[in-house]
Amino acid sequence: MATAVAAPAADTDRSGTRRSRRGGEPDQSGKLFNRLAATCVTLFALIWLVPFLWALITSLRPNEEIAANPTNPWGSNWNLDAYSYAWNSSPLGWWYVNSFIISSLTVVFTVVVCSMAAFALVNLNFRGKYVLFGLILAGLMVPVEALVLPQFLEFRAIGLLGTYWAVILPSVALPVALFVFHSFIKAIPVALIEAARLDGASWWRIYSQIAMPLSRPAISAVAILTFITSWNAFLWPLLVLTQTKSQTIPVGLSSLVGGSAIQYAETMASAVLGILPLLAVFLVLQRQIAQGVANTGIK
Amino acid sequence: MTATALPAPRTGVEVGDRAATAGRPPRSENRAGWLFATPFLALYLAFLIGPVVIGLLISLFNTTTVKAGIGSWVGFSNYADVLTNADFWASMWHSALFTLLTTPILVLLPLLFAVLVSRLARGQWFYRLAFFAPYVVPSAAVCLIFAFMYTPETGLITNAFGWFGLTAPDFFGSTSGAWFAVVLLTVWWTFGFNFILYTAAIQEISEEVYEAAALDGAGPWQQIRMITVPILRPTIGLVLILQVLSSLKVFDQIYILLTGGPNYTTRPVIQYIFDTGFSAYRGGYAAAATMVYFVVLVLVSVGWFLVRRRNNSANA
Repeated sequence: MATAVAAPAADTDRSGTRRSRRGGEPDQSGKLFNRLAATCVTLFALIWLVPFLWALITSLRPNEEIAANPTNPWGSNWNLDAYSYAWNSSPLGWWYVNSFIISSLTVVFTVVVCSMAAFALVNLNFRGKYVLFGLILAGLMVPVEALVLPQFLEFRAIGLLGTYWAVILPSVALPVALFVFHSFIKAIPVALIEAARLDGASWWRIYSQIAMPLSRPAISAVAILTFITSWNAFLWPLLVLTQTKSQTIPVGLSSLVGGSAIQYAETMASAVLGILPLLAVFLVLQRQIAQGVANTGIK
Repeated sequence: MTATALPAPRTGVEVGDRAATAGRPPRSENRAGWLFATPFLALYLAFLIGPVVIGLLISLFNTTTVKAGIGSWVGFSNYADVLTNADFWASMWHSALFTLLTTPILVLLPLLFAVLVSRLARGQWFYRLAFFAPYVVPSAAVCLIFAFMYTPETGLITNAFGWFGLTAPDFFGSTSGAWFAVVLLTVWWTFGFNFILYTAAIQEISEEVYEAAALDGAGPWQQIRMITVPILRPTIGLVLILQVLSSLKVFDQIYILLTGGPNYTTRPVIQYIFDTGFSAYRGGYAAAATMVYFVVLVLVSVGWFLVRRRNNSANA
């Protein structure tokens, strides 16, 4: 997770209206250049899609055909057998459920916990605030992924190994997410909050009914990116979820790599099944995801 | 204004907010502030700062990971062992080598393509889809697909070498072949992330700058070289540091695709910690290795932070 933070996402929502970057009327050489660029970029984009298509095509072919004709995808016997086999031979259903529960809970906790702290840092004056701010800022530089061993010992000591909580808890207090909320909440006019205070609204009410509704873009950016990161996390879930049935999609799938060398179709079917849920989310929320990445630099 | 162009240090400077005018905070506000901040602070201390402290502590004991308890005090001998261990330094070098191999490609290639794509009038969604979709694919699925494409004799990539009259390297049996395999996979997988960062920054550049340049007779190549790239410099810096940090933390693809092989010649440092800590159960030793690695990563971040701040104040 990342180091760079960023700032108000509020004013970057206008990519929809942009046009191409050509300066004025392109002259002859400009046209040629653009045509060349288009060809080159399109070629690359098509190459980028090859692994997806290759996995999909392979998953639909019978193994005998793949073995006989590995790089010629045109066969007459495309079918879905590999998918039912893949679904039945490994606990994919469980992995889906686990991944879904873990990612959803992580999103909910991250959004609530980080936005509450950001709200306090922006709007409330409390003792030790600047110390807290500096501490969290320093946290941007802590490479959590490098700390799995002490983290593991810590979770063993508190007896949470093997539970969903072991996966969820360490990723909730995310400094990057806090700063995304911080920059957003700071953009809310002070007058609005002061007026609510004068009307006798409690801080909780101001947070939940003024600050949060106005921070919707920040919520969606943090939620989407947290979900992707959490869904794709590998090392930490690998360490703490040791039962086959309690594993997540990435951990479960990794056990299939280097497995049977002849069941090409089944392996590719599992890969496709592992890709599908997030790819579906991606296709629906493409623009928001790209914007979220651009605004937060979460990695 | 692009968010990505904003360096992290800036946020710290703006800490003074609307509430900062008063001297002593009223009691109710003080309490409310702590109540709001406590869930974050508790989790933050427990699971972000906690492991750092525990790692430091454990590294001074001969803890094993098989049984509870921290074992007995051994002082700095774990550090002495780690720092003189050739396998540890080999794995540090593998992580560094992976960073050296991937960073130039993943900083420059997405820049080139983001610039080219931004000049095209249509099809932006298609390029974003093609380049960015791999980013949402779990590492294990990427490795399953690439392992299949790298299969000797029958794999698609193995055969693709033949189409150009080349012989494919042994992707799983030779060290150079293994590095090639893992770098190609990584470029495919993470290219889109940097592509998106660049694209967002390019969209912030005003159209008029290009129009003026075109009136002055600047061709497309000159516009890119004299306008786009100089304006993107802060973003290039950001992409560079994010890439270096994430490449130094490589684990998934090397572990899943190669298990650090052949013969540990690609094993990254995280896998070394994983192997010594969880397969050999040498918790204290692995914690010392963790702390050495941790310090290297923090130094990289802090170094960038300082360079960034100096540049900012020089420009201000």
